[in-house]
Amino acid sequence: MEKNKKDTLVIGGHEFTSRFILGSGKYDPELIKAAVEHAGAQIITLALRRVNSFSGNILEHIPEGVTLLPNTSGARNAEEALKIALLAREAGCGSFIKIEVIHDSKYLLPDNYETAKACELLAKEGFIPLPYMYPDLNAARDMVNAGAAAIMPLAAPIGSNQGLATKQFIRILIEEIDLPIIVDAGIGKPSQACEAMEMGADAIMANTAIATAGDIVAMASAFRDAINAGRTAYLAGTGRVLDKASASSPLTGFLAD
Amino acid sequence: MTEQRTDHMKYMPGMEVLEDSDIGDRVIAAMKAYDYDKYTASDVKRALAAEYLSPDDFGALLSPAAEPFLEQIAERAKTETGKHFGNSVLLFTPLYIANYCENYCIYCGFNCHNKIRRAKLDSDAIRREMEAIAATGMEEVLILTGESRKMSDVRYIGEACRTAREYFKNVGVEVYPMNTDEYEYLHSCGADYVTVFQETYNSDKYETLHLAGHKRIFPYRLNAQERAIRGGMRGVAFAALLGLDDFRKDAFATGMHAYLLQRKYPHAEISFSCPRLRPIINNDKINPKDVHERQLLQVMCAYRIFMPFAGLTISTRERADFRDHVIGMCATKISAGVSTGIGEHSDENENEGDAQFEISDGRTLDEVIEGIRRRGLQPVLNDYVYIQ
Repeated sequence: MEKNKKDTLVIGGHEFTSRFILGSGKYDPELIKAAVEHAGAQIITLALRRVNSFSGNILEHIPEGVTLLPNTSGARNAEEALKIALLAREAGCGSFIKIEVIHDSKYLLPDNYETAKACELLAKEGFIPLPYMYPDLNAARDMVNAGAAAIMPLAAPIGSNQGLATKQFIRILIEEIDLPIIVDAGIGKPSQACEAMEMGADAIMANTAIATAGDIVAMASAFRDAINAGRTAYLAGTGRVLDKASASSPLTGFLAD
Repeated sequence: MTEQRTDHMKYMPGMEVLEDSDIGDRVIAAMKAYDYDKYTASDVKRALAAEYLSPDDFGALLSPAAEPFLEQIAERAKTETGKHFGNSVLLFTPLYIANYCENYCIYCGFNCHNKIRRAKLDSDAIRREMEAIAATGMEEVLILTGESRKMSDVRYIGEACRTAREYFKNVGVEVYPMNTDEYEYLHSCGADYVTVFQETYNSDKYETLHLAGHKRIFPYRLNAQERAIRGGMRGVAFAALLGLDDFRKDAFATGMHAYLLQRKYPHAEISFSCPRLRPIINNDKINPKDVHERQLLQVMCAYRIFMPFAGLTISTRERADFRDHVIGMCATKISAGVSTGIGEHSDENENEGDAQFEISDGRTLDEVIEGIRRRGLQPVLNDYVYIQ
């Protein structure tokens, strides 16, 4: 099936060969270019707040051809997310937008209800919304119906590097949602990124794990390799060997005709 | 002499078209692409080991390559049934209220050219039948008619549902496919699940078997479950009459139909039925596509493993021992106290109309309950509440 085709990630009609989405926060801007290149990333997220604080300079550090994924961080509800998205568009950041709606300053957990509303508002404005969300199936369905182009469930609280704490729930989204599932937030190590990809996630978004590594460039490469390995394993179909057929048939011995 | 027949793919006047739905097309495309000969033992093993099964895994379990693994498939099915349904087995009785039919389906005892005694119970007779069934302790009834809009119109079926609500906690209908607003009406009368057998998903074959009548219109039947869900029905049941055409392809299409609708309408309750045409025993021409008990069990277990949360009803056409063995393994629902004739439940009613098919398990409710208990399972008469 899929195995013989070119394996690409399609989001909102746009095609990518890389399945690693890199965050741009917490870096020295000088290192962003090197990180993007070693990660093989084609999409980089960008907080609009930072675009403003750098007066556009951060954009200069992002290599040509990389798709910008501005986020709405700072939004506390759907209306604020829309305002930030419109500002991002004005700033020339394109149509992709990662919806982040958070009104909890301690854990920074996304508000699924407002996020679904924001998806609807932004989709109507012609954006390609990628909602960052807590992995809840009903909320994800609401976001799909509201016009999301991908779903970005968190693996663990943002910045926590705790790995796939929500694994079973992300797994349900992978099974049930017919859009790309991009695991976002909480991934601390390449092995965790690999595990998520092996399970069938379509892409990984990471920032802190790389930005706080001893060697940013080396860690970006390690993530790239881990994500590719996980993807290849997923496509290969993980093999398990069952016991050979048993001689007795306790369950099927009754069959006639 | 060639007779000009109605185009079976063209809707008749009054039939609702779901312009915005691609489910039917997707089911047919999936069935056409399904090549069961490509699967190997290792595909079957992988499917059996997968936590969640993909449609491709489902295809592997239905393939000839899976036949040597039937015992392991049954084990996995039993585990899934236990996880999702515990020890419970639901009971129901079908009630045939009319056997008039406007269709010419060459394999069916009710077809309009078959010279059988036709009957339609009036409201008093329906009430007597329901009283008699309810007196056995049964709490769920499935109302059936032959497929005649003229003789068993929607109002008539609706009234039967209203009466049924007085005697039963759960009311289903297995009648001709109808439009969304008609399903909505039946739901308002107390019906909450709809069973429609597609018979075969191969439209070319379908055309040769359904020579006349509304039933001839293949896509209208194919979209019945979606209209029923839109009409507010809680549950829908799917089935192919295995053995009419290539049973593996039909079973795959049935599973895909249920799978795609459940994804689109995640709130809908899904169930399967597994009727089959029996192969002729001692036939010299053994057909590899015949559905023997082994193949039937393979299909039932494949449904169970692919959609472990779905209900699965075991037909009264099967013998009692088969039925007793598959409950708890893959089937979750079993009929009891069955009569497929018209007006046979109440002593006061005359046996007015002939049966659609011969049943193989004529046990009463008490006898079936006893059979369930003997297997260490729990008979459940109702697990449901109707909300209008």
